[in-house]
This record gives sequence, structure tokens and C-alpha cells, in this order.
Amino acid sequence: MIANYGYEDGSGFYYITIDTDACVNCSGYACTKACPGGVFAIEMDDYDDFVAVVAEAARKRLRELCSVCKAQNGSGASEHKLPCTEACLGGALRHSW
Amino acid sequence: MADTQHYWRWSEKTYQSADVDWRRASAITVGIDVGSVSSQAVILADGKLLAFNSTRTGSSSPDSALRAFRGAAEPLGLTLDDISYAVGTGYGRVNVPFADRTITEIACHARGANYMGGPSIRTILDMGGQDCKVIRIDERGKVLNFIMNDKCAAGTGRGMEVIADVLSVPIEDIGRRSFEIDEEPAAVSNVCTVFAKSEATSLLRAGWSVNKVLAAYCAAMAQRVAGLIERMQVEREFFITGGIGKNVGVTRRIERLIGVEAVKLSADSVLDPQIAGALGASLFAHSLYRKAQKEAAAGNGGGAAEPAGEVAGAAG
Repeated sequence: MIANYGYEDGSGFYYITIDTDACVNCSGYACTKACPGGVFAIEMDDYDDFVAVVAEAARKRLRELCSVCKAQNGSGASEHKLPCTEACLGGALRHSW
Repeated sequence: MADTQHYWRWSEKTYQSADVDWRRASAITVGIDVGSVSSQAVILADGKLLAFNSTRTGSSSPDSALRAFRGAAEPLGLTLDDISYAVGTGYGRVNVPFADRTITEIACHARGANYMGGPSIRTILDMGGQDCKVIRIDERGKVLNFIMNDKCAAGTGRGMEVIADVLSVPIEDIGRRSFEIDEEPAAVSNVCTVFAKSEATSLLRAGWSVNKVLAAYCAAMAQRVAGLIERMQVEREFFITGGIGKNVGVTRRIERLIGVEAVKLSADSVLDPQIAGALGASLFAHSLYRKAQKEAAAGNGGGAAEPAGEVAGAAG
């Protein structure tokens, strides 16, 4: 499943996309450890697979929580080398901004 | 004397099947969808639709869940003791006191829409009370992809309720009246629910008719939602669930914008787009109960009445 977590507001479109099919074969869940903002969590989904999600508390604060990593790691959405996307060996994570 | 009419108040709905005898059923399963604005209960007897009820969510989610259930069950003489398995969904799903399991509204709307619209449904737009979701599903109703926006009430049921009260138009008349205009106006630039009153007042002062203001708001809501749909790329067939699914002023304008007509329920259908989440939850409850029975029969334990616990899924 492709899960898009986040929001759109007057300043832009802030979504993190997770391909949860890639999480099914992941055992290390490196994304949760790599993110200094605590954006990611592992939960059992509706189909009984353990997958990465954007934590409930982070879903409406992505712009703010991700700003530190984005400021340190490049300037464009495609140019960012973020701790979370680098840590996910399955390539499951993508940021929209 | 002050006008105390609540224009936002939509009709609560209840249905009990005259064709299904629940006393002969081996499994009575229930789905409860506690949303931010409305709560629904759908009851199945051996997987067949027995009853449903749609009511307004109150200040207490557990009370709302019980009220929704009782509205569907009591006319049939059903009580909670007769229920084999219950699934809670929606914003208040963790507060459904009699739920054996919780499942996200994303998965439940997907399954409910698959039941209502058939296996050809691939894209669902759920316009809820305080959020909006676009869900892509497969032929079995399993979620493939979803996106939601719940940070802003603009373009949601609550936003439409505010417009109804501001313009003193019963909410169920808004869709029809929004087409009773000479020419389609431009969409209002600001659909912010907080600023709706001041903006509507400004337009009326500028000489706009109430219907023209309604049209401009419906168009703005449609534009906002269409943007979310286009990000997901609509795939036919397309189905709309949620309370706003009954507002033709918004749905027809969405269809125009995305160039795809939504699949409609047949005129003689007893179903309602607002119950899709609870219907999906009741279908999950039926499957889970049967699965638990099978496992128990095979000696694997996991009796049906055992709570499976919270399944924190995608929708949050």
C-alpha cells in the first residue's frame, strides 16, 4: 500500500509517502531510529502487517519536524539526502517537498 | 424572537430489513463508525445487511457509539448481548466500548465502497465531517494507495454545515439550490470555515443572491477536493462516500473538474454513502468472526469473543 501522510495548507503541500509493501520484509526499521524528530513509528496495519507509519502526533507538523534535516541536507525536494530516506534500504520513503 | 432553526441539521437515518430474520442467524456482526460529525452503526446477520443507523456524534464518543448502535438495533429487539463481533472505526474508534477490534476508516471505507459500488470501483473519495480522503483500491476492496487532508475543515462536512447556518439554507437543499442560478460564478477564493461568515456576508452585500453564494462555495469545495484527487490520479470507476457525497452541488462540480462521473447508488437502494465506513467495519467484523471460529475449530485458540486489540493503522 502507498500511504500518504501529511497535509496541505496555505504555505504548501507537505506529505511523506510510504510504500508499506517494502516494510513487510524489513526487520531493522531503521527509519524510526534515523529520524531525530520521531516522525516514524511501526504499527500493525489493517491487514495485519507491521509497517512504518508517520506517527499520529507528527502528521500535522511535518514541515516543522522535518525542517532541521532539510536545512542541513540540500535545498530541493529531489536533492535532499535525509536521514530517513537514506536509512530506508527498501526505498520506501519519499517527501513531497 | 430569535430564529432557533438549525439549518446545518441533516436528517438522521435508520433502516431495518424486513427480509432478514436475525434470530435465525448464526452470526450477528456490527460495524461502528464514530466520526467527528456523525456516527453510524451497521449490523449484519450472517453477512447480510440487517440494519443501520446514522446519527450525529455528541461530545462523548462511547455514548455516540452506543446511540448509533441502539438506533439500529432496538427496533429489532437486538441488544449488545446478541452481537458476535464488533469492529470500531473512524476518528473515535478507540472509544467504542464494545468493539472487539479497531480498524482504520481508510480500510473500512474501501471495503464499504467495494460492497456498495461493486468490484469495479478503483478510486474512492470520502468527504467526511472534518477531513477528506482519496483512496485507491483493488477489486477486493483492499487499499492500494491513499491520501488525506485533515488539517483544515474547508471542503468538509463541517464547512458545509457552517455555510448552511450562515446563509440560513437547510443543508439538504444546498446542492439543488446551488444550481438554481443564471450563470456559474467563479469559486470563492477562500473556503476557510472560520472566515466563511464574513466572506458570505460580503458577497451578499455585493448583491449576490444566496444561491449564487452557495454555488461559489460548492465550486470552491469541489476545486479543493479535485486537487487532492488529481494528485492521486483518478482511475475508473469512481465512488464518493461520506455525507458530502449526498450534496450534488459539490459532487457534480467535482465530476466536471476531474472529467469522471461517479458511480451512483441505484434509486431503489436502501444504502447511503454516509454509512460506507460502518458498512466496511461490519464486513470486516463478519470476516474476522468467521476466521476466529475457523481457528477455534482447528484448535488454534483465538475465540471470536477475544478482543484482538487496537490495530493502529494508516488513517490515524
